[in-house]
Amino acid sequence: MTVMVQEVKPAIINNSLLQRSRSLQGISFIGLSLPAAMLVAAVLIIPFSWLAWLSLFDATGNLSTENYVRLLRPAYVESFLTTFKVAGLVTAICVLLGYPVAYLLSQLPQRAAQILMVFVILPFWTSVLVRTYAWLVLLQRQGIINQWLLSSGLISEPLPLVHNMTGTVIGMVHVMLPFLILPLYASMKAIDPVLLRAAANCGASPAQAFRQVFLPLSLSGLSAGIALTFVLCLGFYLTPALLGGGRVAMWSTQIADMVAKFANWGAASALSVVLLIVTGAILGGVNRFMRVSNAWGGKP
Amino acid sequence: MQIRHVTLSGLLVGAAALAMASGSFAANETVTIAGFGGNLQKDLRATLWQPAADKAGLSIAEETHDGLAAVRVQVQSGSPTWDLVHLGSDDCAVGGKEGLFEPLDYKVINTDGFDKRGYGEHWIATNSYSVVLAWRTDVYKDKAPQSWKDLWDTEKFPGRRALSTYPQEMLEVALMADGVPKDELYPLDSKRAFRSLDKIKSKVAVWWSSGAQSSQLIKDGEVDMMAIWGSRVASVIADGAPVSYTYQDAILGYGCLAILKGAPHARAAQALVAGVVSPEIQARIPEMMPYYGPTNSLAFKVGKFSPEVLARSNMSPENIKKQVFLDANWWRDNTNLVREDYSLLMAN
Repeated sequence: MTVMVQEVKPAIINNSLLQRSRSLQGISFIGLSLPAAMLVAAVLIIPFSWLAWLSLFDATGNLSTENYVRLLRPAYVESFLTTFKVAGLVTAICVLLGYPVAYLLSQLPQRAAQILMVFVILPFWTSVLVRTYAWLVLLQRQGIINQWLLSSGLISEPLPLVHNMTGTVIGMVHVMLPFLILPLYASMKAIDPVLLRAAANCGASPAQAFRQVFLPLSLSGLSAGIALTFVLCLGFYLTPALLGGGRVAMWSTQIADMVAKFANWGAASALSVVLLIVTGAILGGVNRFMRVSNAWGGKP
Repeated sequence: MQIRHVTLSGLLVGAAALAMASGSFAANETVTIAGFGGNLQKDLRATLWQPAADKAGLSIAEETHDGLAAVRVQVQSGSPTWDLVHLGSDDCAVGGKEGLFEPLDYKVINTDGFDKRGYGEHWIATNSYSVVLAWRTDVYKDKAPQSWKDLWDTEKFPGRRALSTYPQEMLEVALMADGVPKDELYPLDSKRAFRSLDKIKSKVAVWWSSGAQSSQLIKDGEVDMMAIWGSRVASVIADGAPVSYTYQDAILGYGCLAILKGAPHARAAQALVAGVVSPEIQARIPEMMPYYGPTNSLAFKVGKFSPEVLARSNMSPENIKKQVFLDANWWRDNTNLVREDYSLLMAN
């Protein structure tokens, strides 16, 4: 082999070496992504195909569209709308609360920002179950907030803060905020401060500089945060189940009921398939119009 | 209350009869029972299954399942590895209708002491629970509510209510609140039940979805009055919360055993079931699984219980008179129809 290489012309050596490195690159690419691809196939594609397959059979095991036709009945339409209402509301509140926080974090000196960031991330590391129960302790009729309001004379009757839509939205906003703040902060951090100074140089007031320069540049991070929050809300189960008092019938609650209470796997599968398709469509749509992928890898 | 003790000879006759009836299977066969697992299954084995197996000269092996779907898979395979399955009553009735179970041999299994709703062609109840009316004694003091009608009466008994997210038992409650006598409940008039529920739903502060949640609600005073499992409210009272409950018009639901179609040890399984529902073994429930009651009322003739245990047990002769047995067959045929209406009712 070495003898042969010595005999051929330099240009050919380069070519064959290039080719070899290219094919090696190809092999290593496949090799490196293989474990991940296998994992995705094993935990996502195969179970999902099985789920889709199951949804085509009725309770007695015959092929039918029963499971999908059922979804047009009022109980499911209602719960579908509730799911989007809750997800929309939670996302909107997260934007209102999260944008100023992310802006503050991005403008503060590095050290102060790091300390404040801990307060954003700390709840993120705490179990959702623990946080949800904590809200129950705070919000219920004999809870801390109502007791305090009552004893301070601000209200004469306890406020219905939990076991309804209010409690569900409060609990979900708390869980979802970091999902909005983190991508937003990343994109704001990447905005070159020189651009704002340039805007000021050109005569823009701080408000104008923010509106015309900063805000448009932060939009890709914002849309990533919105998409992430909204999609996670669509499948949220625990918080609505515990804080909704049985009144907030999310799509996920219907799925859980079908499996746990009524042992109807076909119906549960049909519900899951619809949720997955809707989620995929939303992500695809948002990605197309707002270029969410920029926020993950590309520059704003 | 007077407790009648069974004579030694009576016990011997019973044991001898059982020994004869169980003569058609090999000694020391191993019968496999599948249950929902967890601590409950541990307790069921210690209280009911093991003594019944010992009595019939059998060994038992345990498996777990997650509901009727798993049972279907077992039976559809053609050669099930389980012999017996422990389920909730409506699942037993559904499985029987779908042909998943062997008929029970009532020549081997004695139903004396059973309510007629406590067994079917393919299944028999092995343990019972009650859905009772509970209330905060610090809210209602000496003017305590006494029936489901009082739960619906928001003028005389103001306050926040809680009902279950699961329609089973709640429709029964709604009908009794609307004036249907407890012995005329079935077949349930579901339209009337929903009309009745419509009247109370604005006062239902919480629709609870788990046992733990239900006991927390009354313990924390989040609600003042509710429909709740008797076992759950008993533990709340034991914790010292100012709560009380009544067995009046409570609904008795149950867990049940059934033999899988094509089970390898079907004969032995029949003998095991006979043992599990016998008064002697059922009499172990009030002490060993106080959160459940026996399903065979003769258990209270066989066992010796303190007045406290009798007052607490949902199946004691005094308490059972006040209650009504759930009709598993009605729920088998109607669950799917009512569940959607019920979920709409809760959401609006």
